[in-house]
Amino acid sequence: MSIIETRDLVRDFKRTRAVDHLTLAVQPGEAVGYIGANGAGKSTTIKMLTGILKPTSGLVRTCGIDPMRDRIGVARRVGVVFGQRSQLWWDLPLRESFGILAAIHRLEPSAAAARTARLVEQLEMGPQLGTAVRSLSLGQRMRAEIAAALLHTPELLILDEPTIGLDVLSKQRLREFLVQERRERGTTLLLTTHDMGDIERLCDRVLVVDRGRLAFDGTLPGLAATVGAQRILVIDLAEPSPDLTDVPSTTLVESESGGLRQRLAFDADATTAAAVLAHVSARHGVRDLTIEEPDIEDVVRRIYAASGRS
Amino acid sequence: MADRRLDLALRLRPYRVLLASRAHAQMQYRASFVTDILGTVGVGLAEFAEVWVIFHNVDVLGGLDFTAALLVFALSNLAFSLADMFVGHLDQLPRYIRAGQVDAFYVRPLPLLAQLMTSDLSLRRVGRLSVALVALVIALTTADISWSATTVCLILLTIVSGTAIFSALFTAAGGLQFFLVDGAEFTNAFTYGGQYAAQQSQQVFPDPLRIFWTFVIPTAFVAYLPTVAILDLPGDHLAPPWLAWCAPLAGALAWAFGGLCWRFGTRHYQGAGG
Repeated sequence: MSIIETRDLVRDFKRTRAVDHLTLAVQPGEAVGYIGANGAGKSTTIKMLTGILKPTSGLVRTCGIDPMRDRIGVARRVGVVFGQRSQLWWDLPLRESFGILAAIHRLEPSAAAARTARLVEQLEMGPQLGTAVRSLSLGQRMRAEIAAALLHTPELLILDEPTIGLDVLSKQRLREFLVQERRERGTTLLLTTHDMGDIERLCDRVLVVDRGRLAFDGTLPGLAATVGAQRILVIDLAEPSPDLTDVPSTTLVESESGGLRQRLAFDADATTAAAVLAHVSARHGVRDLTIEEPDIEDVVRRIYAASGRS
Repeated sequence: MADRRLDLALRLRPYRVLLASRAHAQMQYRASFVTDILGTVGVGLAEFAEVWVIFHNVDVLGGLDFTAALLVFALSNLAFSLADMFVGHLDQLPRYIRAGQVDAFYVRPLPLLAQLMTSDLSLRRVGRLSVALVALVIALTTADISWSATTVCLILLTIVSGTAIFSALFTAAGGLQFFLVDGAEFTNAFTYGGQYAAQQSQQVFPDPLRIFWTFVIPTAFVAYLPTVAILDLPGDHLAPPWLAWCAPLAGALAWAFGGLCWRFGTRHYQGAGG
């Protein structure tokens, strides 16, 4: 049975249709990235999955439950983190937030203590337990939010922009924790993000939503292949050179500083970075190079363009 | 029986923990807590001053003498400050919505209204509450009351019903504010307006207003009608002494109305953007 299921799901706001006949299914244990531009309908979908918003029409089942009929039943089995809002008590020490949430979920005191201790250890939050939530850094707060959402060991974890605004190290720790948590408990994960790293590290399936409709459903490499997302080789040359327009299977994106730095886009199927480099270095002195992977905005833009929107 | 009591205690535990945490948070800022309490004592005294000034100039107003007016003042302020302490923050709903707090309530396994009610406990209202309590004790000891079990029963019933009526008004105001953007001004007319009406003798109002404050927004049941019954006053065509015993009915109807407004509001919730 699917852990998330929607069929012909529609949600209208006053003037706009935020979600438009969306049909999707997520199986238990999957890790799914849910991506799309701002306003594409990601948050609206999540709000309907959790019973915050009432669908205009269509069907939603979360853990097999209709969230409009039994929101509380859904809340018992799902953990949710809204990146921009807090579910913690800002004016109390962090420890107390965990205690209150354990009481709200009616956890056995001994089980709650064990689960809290485990999450605190894994997320390395011990030193912050006595700190008032309002004094936590963004990275610390986000780890606390995720611990709070997992306290009742939900089957499904929904993260809305969990890494937004975090520094590289904080992102890293958060991703490592989520990988570990999923390995240990098989928790199903649905996350929205603008960060390709989140998808690459955490998700084995990607859903792209465009104007409330599902524009893509598949793996990340499949997504890149579908839109023909190109990698970009950035080459720093030893001396100013004419534009590199003659390299096979590449297109010149940009040439800076009189040709000192040139950016060549290429399809991974058509050629390789090594072949491009070999071709260039046979003719010019190459000083340095980097490869840029396709970023999420770019991929989404291409999907949108393919479905007839600029 | 013991099992059932244990069961109830377990069921209420989340709310007890939530309220305790609110109390704890307020105690962390002791200086501001003390000034807040002094502030609400001040509000209570200012309200009382109004009664005192009036009866300094006239002996009887709207069929009430000073002691009777003091009893009306005490009962209405007691009910209002109790309701305000527990659910007065419901009309702050737009603030909760803007802060995204309401979305967090939706993803917790407790009823929304119960969460909102326990999301704050305005202990500072204890100030006004204590002014009302002192006034009540003075009024009950100085007034000429023929005490009986029935009188005690009526007083307790009045306090509970009055608190329920004001709580229902706050709940209705909260429900309406799900879709009235910045509707606090409108709903204040019924909550704070009702409180003002409750602490007057109904006889000072023209009949249409009395009917409104008795049968539409039933704040006459909070203090004036019970006072007529407790002090054995003659009352009049819109305030027969037996009507005071209908206070629980008024409370129940007010709650039905408040509950409907709340349900209507939550069904229209649009989420806090994002």
